[in-house]
Amino acid sequence: MRASGTRTLLLAAFAFAAAPAAAQTSQFEKYQKMVGEDSPAELFVLVGADLWRKKQGPKKASLEKCDLGKGPGVVKGAYAALPRYFKDSNQVMDAESRILYCMETLQGRSRKDALKRPFGNADKPSEMEYLDAFVASQSDGYKMTPGMSHPQEKRAYELGKALFFARTGLYDFSCASCHGEAGKRIRMSDLPVLSEPGPARAAMSTWPAYRVSNSQMKTMQWRINNCYRQMRTPEPDWGSEVVNSMITYLTVNAKGATYAGPGTKR
Amino acid sequence: MMTTKWMLGAGLAALVLSPAAVAEPSYDEVQQIIKRDFHAKGQAKMSRLDQDVVQRVCTQSHDKPPADLAKAIEADQLAAIPVPSGSLMGNWKEGAKTAWSGRGMQWNENPKKPSGGGCYNCHEISAQRTSFGTIGPSLKAFGKKRGSGLDAQRYVYTKIYNAKAYTLCSNMPRFGTTGTLTEQQIKDLVAYVLSPESPNNK
Repeated sequence: MRASGTRTLLLAAFAFAAAPAAAQTSQFEKYQKMVGEDSPAELFVLVGADLWRKKQGPKKASLEKCDLGKGPGVVKGAYAALPRYFKDSNQVMDAESRILYCMETLQGRSRKDALKRPFGNADKPSEMEYLDAFVASQSDGYKMTPGMSHPQEKRAYELGKALFFARTGLYDFSCASCHGEAGKRIRMSDLPVLSEPGPARAAMSTWPAYRVSNSQMKTMQWRINNCYRQMRTPEPDWGSEVVNSMITYLTVNAKGATYAGPGTKR
Repeated sequence: MMTTKWMLGAGLAALVLSPAAVAEPSYDEVQQIIKRDFHAKGQAKMSRLDQDVVQRVCTQSHDKPPADLAKAIEADQLAAIPVPSGSLMGNWKEGAKTAWSGRGMQWNENPKKPSGGGCYNCHEISAQRTSFGTIGPSLKAFGKKRGSGLDAQRYVYTKIYNAKAYTLCSNMPRFGTTGTLTEQQIKDLVAYVLSPESPNNK
């Protein structure tokens, strides 16, 4: 990341704070465009690329031979074709679940070890956040084509859809409580109707994303986890069928979008 | 362990689904999968995933419940609210703090500190504040429009205590029923919404 990028970011942040509330949405869109080409996300991509090639774990192996769905070692375009069904694990996997699978199988790391810290913080990002950013960056410009033909892929979509409308948690929310009606806002943030192709495409083509409000790279596993936290439920298991089916449902709704991540978000 | 849990679920699905068609998962199956794939964390216990009749009916009807059923459950919800006798007008200044705090009840939060109502997340409230959501209706000048007498107080109190007593599949949480807000906090919110002295009605 160049120094000018940081400066732009700071300037934008000040402009942002001073702007009248009603104008904040469009201000943020302008800002998003401005930093889009020069985002802190780039830093995560670079570190992630190094981690991808780093020999780690009991097998002292890198992740370079990881099969993300396009064959061993192919990273180009892989993120845009996920989630999908994998025969070897007999599961529908999103990018992060598949990266974890490769850590286990190629590097010989235990699931527990590899998942010790799936979500980082501003001071110390997680290994997964770097890796996911790198893998995602290699799909920039690709059409999003999540798996939709295998029975388990169809099942994941249907389960994700059911979950989207399921009222749960202490506050009785479903995903649709906030993301079900057009033109609504929570605080000053526009809420995309994620069951509709248009808003789903805009949202899903830019995750993972550098979130300015957290100063962190955030992934889809985190996004779903954090929605449930705000819904006041217990915590969903990382990489579980619930989370992966939610990601599948949202990504299938966004199919056909041109992938443009990792993005920069509020 | 996760894999075992998952395989159990997949096996269960195989029993429920015919081999050829991938049907929508049944209501019971979805509920079982939810309970399998979450874990208790901090104050967020697993019992929060047990659907009561309100959550079940709204889930099964995609928030469009049959009118008769909705009416009956709404009446039950209303009857279960313990409404204190006398004035429900608390302190609007305290109410403002509760209305503009979104903290509380999340797995990463300290349960000993009081929760907010997070009203501003969804409602326009008070002319002085500009960062608010639009999921719920504007409450600006609500007291001016509706008065601040006992009937209005009782309405606002019970609505905050349990919004489902009025609209079964409302998006609004049940702040009293769930123990998120105390009786005093809800009275303070009543004052913030209704009182002529509150900035919401200035």
